[in-house]
Amino acid sequence: MVPFNILVAVCLAYVCLLFLVAFAAERRAERGQVGWLRSPIVYTLSLSIYCTAWTFYGAVGYAARSGLEFITIYLGPTLVLIGWWWVLRKLVRIGRNHRVTSIADLISARYGKSNALGVIVTVISVVAATPYIALQLQSVTLSFGVFASHTPEGWGMPDQGATALWVAGGLTLFTILFGTRNLDANERHHGVVMAIALEAVVKLVALLAVGVFTVWVVAGGVGDVMAKIDASPIADWPLQPGRWMGLTFVSAAAILTLPRMFQVMVVENSDERHLATASWAFPLYLLLMSLFVIPIAVVGLATLPEGANPDLFVLTLPLAVGQEKLAMLAFLGGFSSATSMVIVAAIALATMVSNHVVTPLWLSLRRGGARAPGDVRGLVLMSRRVSIAGILGLGYAYYALSGGSAALAAIGLISFVGVSQILPALIGGIFWRGGTGTGAALGLGTGFLVWLYALYLPSFGSGGLLSPSLLAEGPWGIGWLRPQALFGIATLDPLLHALFWSMVLNTAAYVMGSLLTFPGPIERMQGVAFVNVFDHDPVARGWSRGGAEAEDLLAMSQGILGAEEAQRFFQNAAEAQGKGGFLPDTTPDFIEALERRLGGAVGAATAHAMIAQFAVGAAVSAQDLMAVASEAQQILEYSTQLEAKSEELARTARQLGEANDKLTELSVQKDAFLSQISHELRTPMTSIRAFSEILMDPELPGEMQQKYASIIHEEAIRLTRLLDDLLDLSVLENRKVQLNMKVANLHDLINRAVQAASNTRPERVFTMHRDFPTEHMPVITDTDRLVQVFINLVSNARKYCDAERPSLTISVRQRRGRITVDFIDNGTGIPRKSQSLIFEKFSRLTDTARAGGAGLGLAICREIMVNLGGTIAYLPGQGGAAFRVTLPVRPERKDEAEAA
Amino acid sequence: MKRPRQPLFHARQGYRRRRLTDAARLLPILGLFLFFLPVLWRPAATPEPDTAGGGVYLFAVWFILILVAGLLARLLSGGEPGRPQDGEERD
Repeated sequence: MVPFNILVAVCLAYVCLLFLVAFAAERRAERGQVGWLRSPIVYTLSLSIYCTAWTFYGAVGYAARSGLEFITIYLGPTLVLIGWWWVLRKLVRIGRNHRVTSIADLISARYGKSNALGVIVTVISVVAATPYIALQLQSVTLSFGVFASHTPEGWGMPDQGATALWVAGGLTLFTILFGTRNLDANERHHGVVMAIALEAVVKLVALLAVGVFTVWVVAGGVGDVMAKIDASPIADWPLQPGRWMGLTFVSAAAILTLPRMFQVMVVENSDERHLATASWAFPLYLLLMSLFVIPIAVVGLATLPEGANPDLFVLTLPLAVGQEKLAMLAFLGGFSSATSMVIVAAIALATMVSNHVVTPLWLSLRRGGARAPGDVRGLVLMSRRVSIAGILGLGYAYYALSGGSAALAAIGLISFVGVSQILPALIGGIFWRGGTGTGAALGLGTGFLVWLYALYLPSFGSGGLLSPSLLAEGPWGIGWLRPQALFGIATLDPLLHALFWSMVLNTAAYVMGSLLTFPGPIERMQGVAFVNVFDHDPVARGWSRGGAEAEDLLAMSQGILGAEEAQRFFQNAAEAQGKGGFLPDTTPDFIEALERRLGGAVGAATAHAMIAQFAVGAAVSAQDLMAVASEAQQILEYSTQLEAKSEELARTARQLGEANDKLTELSVQKDAFLSQISHELRTPMTSIRAFSEILMDPELPGEMQQKYASIIHEEAIRLTRLLDDLLDLSVLENRKVQLNMKVANLHDLINRAVQAASNTRPERVFTMHRDFPTEHMPVITDTDRLVQVFINLVSNARKYCDAERPSLTISVRQRRGRITVDFIDNGTGIPRKSQSLIFEKFSRLTDTARAGGAGLGLAICREIMVNLGGTIAYLPGQGGAAFRVTLPVRPERKDEAEAA
Repeated sequence: MKRPRQPLFHARQGYRRRRLTDAARLLPILGLFLFFLPVLWRPAATPEPDTAGGGVYLFAVWFILILVAGLLARLLSGGEPGRPQDGEERD
């Protein structure tokens, strides 16, 4: 017999393997080698989380009890998959266009980004998933128990509760490690998907191995098995038409609405074409999984002793004939089924809970709302981690409460009927423009309550949560309200009864609610965008110009997406508008794109609420509504073309306008500088002339001569420095500078700069924040020139930072062969209108006296950086003056540079 | 004198493709019909239990559906790679 220790060791080794696979996949993805990580086969295999431990163990048990009826659970998904052209294709396209993070997000986004709907769907999903997760814990625990019960002594099985607790804890850890590494659900969980694909192979191989063994070793081949089937008690199963059709329907609904299926099918989908492969490959997987179910059940019933639990035949059959290795493989298969389901379900549900419950709650509770969001990222990740633990905790609690006794199939079906309640709102949402949020809320609420009352609560058994008298006679003795015989229909079995009434009332409430209410503007636009997703690019436009300031939006986005990501997004948007820097115009298109990007991280409703804080009152104009209501699509298309053209014109005009403004301002500055520089040149000249005249007096005492000569000397030096700067600048501008390339450590260069700059206003106490380890990196460049730039930036900070306790943060990063060095102080920063001017020659923001230079420093810095193949830019929205220096790790070769 | 035969309708390929999507849409309905057919048999009608036969029937239908779905998926995605899929919705 397999000792317990070995069993546990095999489990642990298997989990370690999964860790390694997930880790390796994450590493590959990070290096950008997505390749086969995203092949259609991996996509199809990841869908196999539909086959949980319920399939692996439960299907055989189900078949032993009700014959071929088990197959309906796989026929429904088969029909949905081969009918992908109807629903799945549309769902996937919508999911990609709107960066949907979960099924709750989809429903909430479709019905006007209403968070209330998101909460309802989240609650339904969590309540429905709890028994399902409990089921997985139960099956793993039971399968451990199978090995335990055959051992005469030795390792006593601890108690089952403890096993379940260990399993739940381990799964929590794995899920948190790989499920919450990155925030944006659309960035996809490569590691998890890869691990799941591996598990899919293991469970298929395990079940096929047991099946082949059963048919050709235990029984005598196909003919013998066929004869055995007709002879066994299974053959007497009655085909109940209602159940046959009802279960096919509910399984088809469930594959669309189960949060975990939605996660792998829609959210993790990286290419629509994968769906075409999955449309036949996944049904094939299901077919293979069910192929040997009946033979195993029949042979199990015939060979195993009376009273053996048919739910565990997959394990007990090989054990009974002494095939321990096969049993071990089967055990791993069951373990895989359970773990992969729990991991994905926990990730999907945690995303929903954090996006629709925790984040909105937190935003509404804190003062100031999204205007000062700080680091939302940390909060969201933390809430996801806590939610994962919470959801697995709930599953464990259900397991502990229900005692883990009920047959596996029953629990799974209850869960299926629960999530099916989302179906009317989902299908209506993507096919019917008339569906409204109120209707969806009514439908979802009605269906959920009927399901709770008629199926979920009675599932705890009479005397559990509902009293026996209530079950038998109805509340207050009202007969037609009996939970399992609503409106007097007592002929259906409880499951079918609950399915029938919940779906009928749900759909009726949804349709009636939609017909009788009037949708809001955003809701109508989202409706059009979802229903007509294939016709054109999303037309829904919630924001018109005005209100939002790009700098505020950047500050907010940094809190959610992370500084680097947000800056890149803003920079790209600005570039697309034909502007430099980090602040694009807040056009409706830009705000729309930003909202979607944020939606990918925190869900549509939250993102909408956050943006709304900045663009208050600018939401929807009458014209937008007219456009949506209008039936004249052709006119719209024609006008889209016109719009594109006029947009291009507007962009050109904007660029011209900007250039003009800049020129005007520059010319003013230049005039000012010219008078300034003549002043600067004249002052020393005047004193030199005056003092040299005095020096001509032969009777001047010696020490006076000394003093005046040194004054003349100093003034001459000042003049020379000014002229040097001008000369330097002109050399740099003409690209005639000779660069002296050397290898150096960036850390040393920064040290040199900080050291050299410390004699600027040495009386001020200045705090430096640096992260030494990240600074150590080699760089090939003209070190003296680079240090010159650094010195300038540091001494500028020392000069101009007006904070009471001035501090300067220097942070260094390397990415794709380029180094960025940020210098961020905590002063008031540079006003928006001056940001585009500071790098121009002769510009100076404050009084000349304090600056003590000619206003050439930053202009020289910019020219140096251009010569070094890098850039220097002002970084807005950092809470102080911030400059970003970017330079290549090694200089680009001439020919490369020219080719580019 | 042989004139080269002109096709009556130009968008032959597009026409084929639209009929293929029709087939892809109809396939699940056919599947539904075939899967629900056993409901009409009712084991009561046949005195001999025929679970094995029923199982074979279901698996056979299932397998054929998979084959046809695979074929359609190949034809639909292999036809014109890179072609924008937007126009397919309209006939």
